[in-house]
Amino acid sequence: MAGGGGVAPTPLLKDQLDIVIPTIRNLDFLEMWRPFFQPYHLIIVQDGDPSKIIEVPEGFDYELYNRNDINRILGPKASCISFKDSACRCFGYMVSKKKYIYTIDDDCFVAKDPSGKDINALEQHIKNLLCPSTPYFFNTLYDPYRDGADFVRGYPFSLREGAPTAVSHGLWLNIPDYDAPTQLVKPRERNTRYVDAVMTIPKGTLFPMCGMNLAFDRELIGPAMYFGLMGDGQPIGRYDDMWAGWCTKVICDHLGLGIKTGLPYIWHSKASNPFVNLKKEYKGIYWQEEMIPFFQSVVLPKECTTVQHCYIELAKQVKTKLANVDPYFTKLADAMVTWTEAWDELNPSGEAPADTSNGKAK
Amino acid sequence: MRKPPTLVSLAIDTALLNLSHISDLSFLPEHILLDLFLRTLRAGKLTEKILKLFVATGKDEVLSLISELNIQPVLTPEYKSNFCLRLSASLNVGKMAQVNIRDDEVDIVIGALHSDLTSFMEEWRAVFSRFHLIIVKDPDLKEDLKIPGGFNLDIYKRSDIEHVVGSSSTVVFSGYSCRYFGYLMSCKKYIVSIDDDCIPAKDDMGELIDAVAQHITNLTTPATPFFFNTLYDPFRKGADFVRGYPFSLRSGVHCALSCGLWLNLADYDAPTQALKPGQRNSRFVDAVLSVPVRVMLPVSGINIGFDRELVGPALLPAFRLAKEGKFRWETVEDIWSGMCVKVICDHLGFGVKSGLPYVWRKERGDAVESLKKEWEGIKMMEEVVPFFQSMRLSQAAVTAEDCVIEMAAAVKERLGPLDPTFARAAETMVEWVRLWKVVTAQMSIAA
Repeated sequence: MAGGGGVAPTPLLKDQLDIVIPTIRNLDFLEMWRPFFQPYHLIIVQDGDPSKIIEVPEGFDYELYNRNDINRILGPKASCISFKDSACRCFGYMVSKKKYIYTIDDDCFVAKDPSGKDINALEQHIKNLLCPSTPYFFNTLYDPYRDGADFVRGYPFSLREGAPTAVSHGLWLNIPDYDAPTQLVKPRERNTRYVDAVMTIPKGTLFPMCGMNLAFDRELIGPAMYFGLMGDGQPIGRYDDMWAGWCTKVICDHLGLGIKTGLPYIWHSKASNPFVNLKKEYKGIYWQEEMIPFFQSVVLPKECTTVQHCYIELAKQVKTKLANVDPYFTKLADAMVTWTEAWDELNPSGEAPADTSNGKAK
Repeated sequence: MRKPPTLVSLAIDTALLNLSHISDLSFLPEHILLDLFLRTLRAGKLTEKILKLFVATGKDEVLSLISELNIQPVLTPEYKSNFCLRLSASLNVGKMAQVNIRDDEVDIVIGALHSDLTSFMEEWRAVFSRFHLIIVKDPDLKEDLKIPGGFNLDIYKRSDIEHVVGSSSTVVFSGYSCRYFGYLMSCKKYIVSIDDDCIPAKDDMGELIDAVAQHITNLTTPATPFFFNTLYDPFRKGADFVRGYPFSLRSGVHCALSCGLWLNLADYDAPTQALKPGQRNSRFVDAVLSVPVRVMLPVSGINIGFDRELVGPALLPAFRLAKEGKFRWETVEDIWSGMCVKVICDHLGFGVKSGLPYVWRKERGDAVESLKKEWEGIKMMEEVVPFFQSMRLSQAAVTAEDCVIEMAAAVKERLGPLDPTFARAAETMVEWVRLWKVVTAQMSIAA
């Protein structure tokens, strides 16, 4: 059975959660988020020209890293962090010392729910992360742990404990996260549909993970959240979060962790230039036809019981199976290993690496 | 001098003369259709059959005209052959027209567990009246059925069932399973089935939901079971595939099953409802989504639609609990059936959607009372989950019938030894396919 009667207030978790924001422009958007974000520590990853000064609105507690800082901290391993692409945000995940991460784009604002009330996205993400997922059997009333919902008739009792939630994937009102071809065909389409649901993406099912409004349990899945090699000097862009999402999903499925999608919504204000996007995505659109079957058929050995082990194993398989698609994948596989090494350096094993207690290989 | 008639006018006159031989008017431009309608009226040639033709075009102007003129036939109590033509404002046929349902492709099958269906039918009149209905009376129900007039329907009772099936068949059509007889007897492409304790719900805008139209929309737009779209159904207006969704998977597959939801009394099991007696579902989730391939779900029979041509025989009344009752939380027949359908859809490459439409499910029954009944059977369902999750059908199974036969064999072999209920289910599944083939063959000879 899912939760009891009364609604306990959602804990703030202000000392357990970092907000990671990649930016190349400015952080004006933070003003709107102030009522919700001010209690938390921010990690700002400044992309692009390190000599530019990014103004952080007053009153926020933050640390800011530009490219010089990344190079200094990681040394030669800095090569795994993308330049001129919001993929650089994953550096923020690596340096954080908190249990949870929330990442948001600098063109995302507070949305309103159908009653007109401002949506506290962070609170909803925390709710999603703090209660179990149900990846093994689909509940037709969506998240059974939500207030006012439950498991439906026919849902196996043995599966009602659920699995720990590793990722909470939020959505966007206004400018939807479309690829360039769709943007070109439907430049005016806006997402106005508020779908009042959170649901678990079932085990064995892949999905496109968008990094615009994303929260995760860094202790459970952090090392898998590498956003790949994108941007300057790379043949591909706008697939950073997709790559991280597919790796993360495969590893979550293997380790018995859940991923939720749905609420909360944020308001996405900026439509990027579809022609620029097309140039960045074009290779990705072709390559994903190879990448998807790869991820759909990945099998991780049961000896892989930590995220790092899973990730290294995945990198090996990327190297052997995707190298013939393009030499990029060899570079990417190497970068995945570099990332994992850097992660372990910055997060030494005094802090136990994420290891689910039963370590079941599925 | 009198102006000679235009060619258009002459054509319309000719059409009027030959109207009884015309079966489809939807190709006509709206202004010509209107003109034809008015001339038909003036000529006194508007019969029920012809009115139905005009209504079937779905053209807004014609329908508004019919509504404004308040055209109604004289209703007779002989309900077997009448149409109800009263178009109420809430019918909102304009919306349905976008879906392009051919009414003659749909059967609405109702299992009557209550004898007095008057309020049920009245509540659904605006939605049901344009379709053919099949009402199957629970053979255990003693009282006569009470059904209001003005519907185009066929009713099947115990005697009809026995006539077709014989009185000693392993296939039992009592209780909620009576509706499967209606699925058997239908010859339409789409079936929509709703429990007789449900009425139309209202959406978040306060508009009455046409559950039939939504099921048909779900069934006639592609499903996308191979990759999850985070904006849910990409074929809905205002939505699309998101960035990162592989292009090769964007054409989707045929949707064979549409699982709707329930406001007010959700489909919980007895323990859940007993523990939360006041809990009512008031959350309207404005989404339809494809249940991904190889993912199992509990299919509730309360509010479903399916493509009978694709998966008809896969919806089957096979799993009867020893003490199955007349409340949904005393049964699992639909859960069993639903898992069979999902495995079969996954194998044959069809999709299953879940979400809209909602119906409003009325309160009835006492969950605590139901709890007191022996529900060993519900515990039995725990055994079946790993079975269904690992069930793989052979390449040779290319139709729903083939799939059911293979599944029945697997049930017999792997679950049969665990409990006689499973062995019986396996037998019933085989018998059901045999029955399906016989009845379908007889009906196509008769057609």
